Amino acid sequence: MSATANSIHSRRRIINAVMTGLTTACAMLISLILLFIIGYIAWKGVSSLSVEFLTQTPKPVGEGGGIGNSILGSAMMTALASAIGLPVGIAAGLYLSEYGSNWYGNTIRFVADTLIGIPSIIIGIFVYTLVVIPMGRQSGFAGGIALALIMIPIVARTTEEMVRLVPNTMREGALALGAPQWRVSWNIVLPAAASGIATGAMLAIARITGETAPLLFTALNSRFYNYYYDQPMSSLTVQIYNYATGPFEVEHAMAWAATLILVALILIINVIVRTLTRKKY
Amino acid sequence: MAKTGALGDKIFKVLLMIAATSILLIVAAIFAMMLRSSLPTIKQFGVAFLFGTEWKPAQEVFGALPFIYGTVVSSLLSLLLAVPVSLGIAIFLVEQAPKKLARPIGFMVELLAAIPSVVYGLWGIFVLAPVIRNYIGPVLQGNLGFLPIFGGRVTGIGMLTAAIILALMITPIITAVVRDVLEAVPTTQREAAFALGATKWETTIIVLGNAASGIAGAVVLGLGRAIGETMAVTMVIGNSPQMSPSLFEPANTIASLLAANFAEATDKIYLSALIEIGLVLFLVTFIVNAFAKLLIMSVSRRMQRA
Repeated sequence: MSATANSIHSRRRIINAVMTGLTTACAMLISLILLFIIGYIAWKGVSSLSVEFLTQTPKPVGEGGGIGNSILGSAMMTALASAIGLPVGIAAGLYLSEYGSNWYGNTIRFVADTLIGIPSIIIGIFVYTLVVIPMGRQSGFAGGIALALIMIPIVARTTEEMVRLVPNTMREGALALGAPQWRVSWNIVLPAAASGIATGAMLAIARITGETAPLLFTALNSRFYNYYYDQPMSSLTVQIYNYATGPFEVEHAMAWAATLILVALILIINVIVRTLTRKKY
Repeated sequence: MAKTGALGDKIFKVLLMIAATSILLIVAAIFAMMLRSSLPTIKQFGVAFLFGTEWKPAQEVFGALPFIYGTVVSSLLSLLLAVPVSLGIAIFLVEQAPKKLARPIGFMVELLAAIPSVVYGLWGIFVLAPVIRNYIGPVLQGNLGFLPIFGGRVTGIGMLTAAIILALMITPIITAVVRDVLEAVPTTQREAAFALGATKWETTIIVLGNAASGIAGAVVLGLGRAIGETMAVTMVIGNSPQMSPSLFEPANTIASLLAANFAEATDKIYLSALIEIGLVLFLVTFIVNAFAKLLIMSVSRRMQRA
């Protein structure tokens, strides 16, 4: 009797140990994969980095060239997207937290979450039919619009979460002093949530900087420095895609170097933002 | 004074409401524009479009089945790989790891989600594909080659490579949601199980049972991402409109078809066909995501009540 009890007990302990080992292995595996990917990018990318690479435009294979125009294009389209996406997203988020506790707010919240999960290539097709066909050509403008549309629901949801963290007593205090509702939202709630909103904004910017699919047929690509939004525009991500799928080793090396720049940028934003916010909330 | 405040309130509220409503308008406009742009092929081919097995744009033959097949197989296969690992990581982070270890590992999983799709694609082409071509493929084929799924020619570019990359990409997403769901399970349930003499793992099983619908939501959310994932898949799946039982053969998904061909679609009927298949992708991912959201919401609501 006690022998069976013992064997059951030890079996349970063995199962416990095995499962703990397996879950630990899963966590170790994923951490190692991340470190390996980042390490590999750094190793492959660093050898092609140079000032010329960061400033020049693409040249025929074998003559060097660089990604200067792609960096500029990514920056310009991200800037346009932020100029549209951040105000609209923040305003939408503010609406959801301050006025959105009803069926309309719930609907928007639900649709925003669903929109976040829609493949970004769909946004690309939508902007193609909405902007590219009427304009008659691909452009940095179309690319920026596509990125803005991706940004809006993300910024709205993070803003809402951040604004909700502002204690209600602050709102009540201001209202009790006779401030109208919009003054409370604008002068009290928004500043109190500013750093949180900025965090969400930075993460959204990092996210759209890494987007490729919505730019493929809206912004297309360009071999030249282009300072105008009505022309096709290069981006880091589309350039990486073109180099990676090209036939030449030199192009592959440039793809790794451009990836190093892109990933470093995105990871730095993520690390800074997440370590800063960790202490706060 | 009070009056200006009231007017200000109204203006402010309306401005915010317009911004919030833009989210609804975006979704409605995506649907309307894509439907309008795909009317030519909807009228010409009807439902047969979805079941045709031939895709020959030059002859104006459009059958979407190979891409639907590729999307379904690649995303289910990636779930098969990603779900157990994601559950393992989430359980480790919430139930087992000391805080000192859980933090950095949780952080690394978040970073994995921040890496752009095109970077996974690059890594897939030059690291994963050769590994499959030279090591994993030959071993699987040598031992299990009699199975049709391991037949065919091993080039490293194909369904299996795409599924592995997809699994890597959806693992952080599933992990994050499962983690939240597990954290929402009240500590009292764990304490009750421990008090009855349950081992740590037995307690975890009980916690998992309580979080089941949320975990299901996480899996469905991962499915939605896998279905729509574009760049990384485009770069490693081989872009071939064929339906092969072999996981080593090249295939294609809806998203990668669009990424690879949309820019060169110049004539109207080809463009319409591509947009129609994009519309299918839009509707499917919208429904899958909505379903995931409902499942996850049901858990947090129940936990709040408990």
